[in-house]
Amino acid sequence: MASNPNIIVIGGGLAGLSAVIKIAEMGGNVDLFSIVPVKRSHSVCAQGGINAAKNLKGEGDSTWQHFDDTVYGGDFLANQPPVKAMCDAAPGIIDLLDRMGVPFNRTPEGLLDFRRFGGTLYNRTAFAGATTGQQLLYALDEQVRRYESEGKVKKYEHWEFLSAVLDSKGVCRGICAMDLRSMEVRIFPADAIIIATGGIGAIFGRSTNSVVCTGSAQSAVYQQGCYYANGEFIQVHPTSIPGEDKLRLMSESARGEGGRVWVPKTPGDRRDPKSIPEKERWYFLEEWYPKYGNLVPRDVATRAIFRVVYEHNLGIDGKPMVYLDLTHIDRKILDRKLEGILEIYEKFVGDDPRDTPMKIFPGMHYTMGGLWVDFNQATNVPGIYAAGECEYQYHGANRLGANSLVSCIFGGFIAGPNAVRYARNLQAAPSNGHFDSERKRQDEINAGLMKAEGNENPFRLWRELGDLMTKDCTVIRYNRNLHQADGKLCELLERFQRINLSDRSLWANTTVAFVRQLYNMLQLSRVIAQGAAARDESRGAHYKPDFPDRDDKNWLKTTKAYFAPDADEPKFEFEPVDTSLIPPRARRYDVAK
Amino acid sequence: MGNSKTVRFKIKRQASPAAKSYWEEFELPRHSGMNVISSLMEIAGNPVTRDGRTTTPVTYDSNCLEEICGSCAMLINGKARMACSALVDKLDQPIRLEPFSKFPVVRDLAVDRSVLFENLKAVKAWVPIDGSYDLGPGPRLTMQDQEAAYPLSRCISCCCCMEACPQFNEETNFVGAAAISQVRLFNTHPTGSALKRERLSALMGDGGIHECGYAQNCVEVCPKDIPLTRSIAEVGGAVMKQAIGDLFRK
Ligand SMILES: Cc1cc2nc3c(=O)[nH]c(=O)nc-3n(C[C@H](O)[C@H](O)[C@H](O)COP(=O)(O)OP(=O)(O)OC[C@H]3O[C@@H](n4cnc5c(N)ncnc54)[C@H](O)[C@@H]3O)c2cc1C
Ligand code: SF4
Ligand code: SF4
Ligand code: FES
Repeated sequence: MASNPNIIVIGGGLAGLSAVIKIAEMGGNVDLFSIVPVKRSHSVCAQGGINAAKNLKGEGDSTWQHFDDTVYGGDFLANQPPVKAMCDAAPGIIDLLDRMGVPFNRTPEGLLDFRRFGGTLYNRTAFAGATTGQQLLYALDEQVRRYESEGKVKKYEHWEFLSAVLDSKGVCRGICAMDLRSMEVRIFPADAIIIATGGIGAIFGRSTNSVVCTGSAQSAVYQQGCYYANGEFIQVHPTSIPGEDKLRLMSESARGEGGRVWVPKTPGDRRDPKSIPEKERWYFLEEWYPKYGNLVPRDVATRAIFRVVYEHNLGIDGKPMVYLDLTHIDRKILDRKLEGILEIYEKFVGDDPRDTPMKIFPGMHYTMGGLWVDFNQATNVPGIYAAGECEYQYHGANRLGANSLVSCIFGGFIAGPNAVRYARNLQAAPSNGHFDSERKRQDEINAGLMKAEGNENPFRLWRELGDLMTKDCTVIRYNRNLHQADGKLCELLERFQRINLSDRSLWANTTVAFVRQLYNMLQLSRVIAQGAAARDESRGAHYKPDFPDRDDKNWLKTTKAYFAPDADEPKFEFEPVDTSLIPPRARRYDVAK
Repeated sequence: MGNSKTVRFKIKRQASPAAKSYWEEFELPRHSGMNVISSLMEIAGNPVTRDGRTTTPVTYDSNCLEEICGSCAMLINGKARMACSALVDKLDQPIRLEPFSKFPVVRDLAVDRSVLFENLKAVKAWVPIDGSYDLGPGPRLTMQDQEAAYPLSRCISCCCCMEACPQFNEETNFVGAAAISQVRLFNTHPTGSALKRERLSALMGDGGIHECGYAQNCVEVCPKDIPLTRSIAEVGGAVMKQAIGDLFRK
């Protein structure tokens, strides 16, 4: 078909913008949709850094080591060929970002500096102060702005993707989107679309994610026929700052730079932490995992903190919190390497972490699961591609720190060109009727919401969802609770039918948008709860005390959920994992691997 | 002041760009760690005013809730600042929330700040690379150069500096401190400097850098402590030099 195809990219985080750059470079035209101005996407939050085995520290690091760490850290659940391709491409991606002007920290010789992150023994993480995500996103945003000023990219900011438009053969022909100001629902034709809509934190109420990370777009296309894979794998970050509105992350780089996690050995010890002598402190990570110490992978650290707090009852002041201590490190070093993240603690808690150990606790952080894609980033629906946190491909059962940014950029770089190639070979649709019918369907949903006369407040319903999912579907999972949780999700879906919109105006109505997202969150929550219930083993972030071991014989496989419209619920299939490059072995961090 | 177990808000509401604005008051139970956004979320869960009238949730922009995305800028007790990092305990009550005054109101506290993105286009705030294919490492930078560039690169495009600037208004069309500071950032980058002349030219003439009266309001409100007056002075000097050079070249 067209040699300059029209591609729609949904989402302007790192993944979306990477795809846009490649498409524009290949001569394609891009319509870029985003709820927030792309520069305000969640990717700005990433603090710690981005991995690439550049081996600039004389440690003998290699892209194969990076590959092995990633697969091992992910407990062998990721298909290996794309992970290898990502690790091989990572050093080139860092070079590109460097050329785009990302102010990466430097060594005295003027080369890129690297730090150590969890789940590896190498200094492999490039960083730009404590705002790496912001710097990377801006670098890509600036390149996209350049293409925009050349007319190759058109941005639709403050627009929300509602659904894909599928023709009678099930081929994607465009999207249906809503202007978040005029509330107008409109159809946009395209030869292919790329979903790059990020994480799903809002499903858990409070998380480290940004507000718009609801997973609503993923859920919408899942309900239209895309597979959703490994949904049960949810990463809980060991160190977040408890908060009312959000769990603010304390980056792994705090431990990378020498931060130590401890609790007082005496339960309920009320002394000022600085006055507690060394021998009365328990550095439990260092004791349990002498080789990796404080830098064990996230799932391991999270469960260790849970054990100390809930089994040993050693939480600070009897509350679910432990110390993350940087006070032994020189202030100047802290300011140079961690200033930005320490500022967050100061700003939102009010204490200076250079003087006082921080109080932290695990918080929901990242979804390893996401839209199922093949090695070309294509979903099972022709014409729908996906990249970034919204897809499942690179992190298996657990993501290593600083591996997400690289997977987002790499995924976008793969998705963009593949979407263009697909579009160039696309046959015309048999007819055009599907556009109108999809718009009508969406208009009717909005009209229905506007008329709804129930008594359920959507924001309170959402809080209930978050509490439920956090309690039963995160760190420790029991089948009984998971089944009950799914039952409660059905109740919430029922109550959703009695929702009451506290705002019925037809201009910039954030409540309507939120209510639509809430419905999609509820549907996706069932994928997570049921997927977790099905998987009777423990692997990576998925931990069941009743099935404490990894079970490769029965569960070395990808969970694929698909939506059964008639039953209005998920159904499951399973697919073998491609372990052709590294044979699975036991994953342990108490010794070197 | 209201009693200490509750927090009072006075919020300026406006249903649409053309509608008239009005004030509404809210009273919430006080708890530790509250900030302005968490309070607005609470109001959304129970949108009832202080005098018991049911109303609509307040419209506002937010995303990261950790002062890095630049979304939630508004006037809080008259000052341009980020709502997510505005801790309720540190604010005088009743807490007055208003939309920015120099940007078109979309609804309630949400305003249209796309002018900054347009300005960034005008000053070509990017590094002109040849392409996104693998061309090896970028230019070497000393630690000192990185440390000089980094503070400038932390601008979150919140537009607080523009709201606070006496010169930023419809009459002057002034580009504002943020875009000028980005010019400094890109002009000092080894590859970025290729577009130096064009960037400086964009800052000449109407709405350009000469509109700045060095009132320094911008530096005072910038949530990221960006050395804006320093940027303006440096870029101003470079613009002047280029303008004089151009004069002689004519
Ligand atoms: C606090 C924090 C710190 C982190 N630190 C690191 C780190 O140091 N290193 C690392 O590797 N990873 C880190 N991560 C993970 C990483 O930041 C994310 O996984 C990554 O940024 C996701 O990028 P993305 O492009 O997939 O999505 P996002 O950046 O979330 O972008 C999603 C985009 O989709 C748009 N969107 C969403 N839904 C819709 C819709 N329905 N319609 C239209 N547009 C829509 C949004 O507006 C946005 O533009 C961190 C995560 C958090 C929460
Ligand atoms: S110094 Fe004053 S006039 Fe100049 S940009 Fe800043 S606030 Fe505006
Ligand atoms: S310079 Fe400061 S105040 Fe101005 S937009 Fe940037 S961060 Fe905001
Ligand atoms: S919500 Fe991002 S800066 Fe406040």
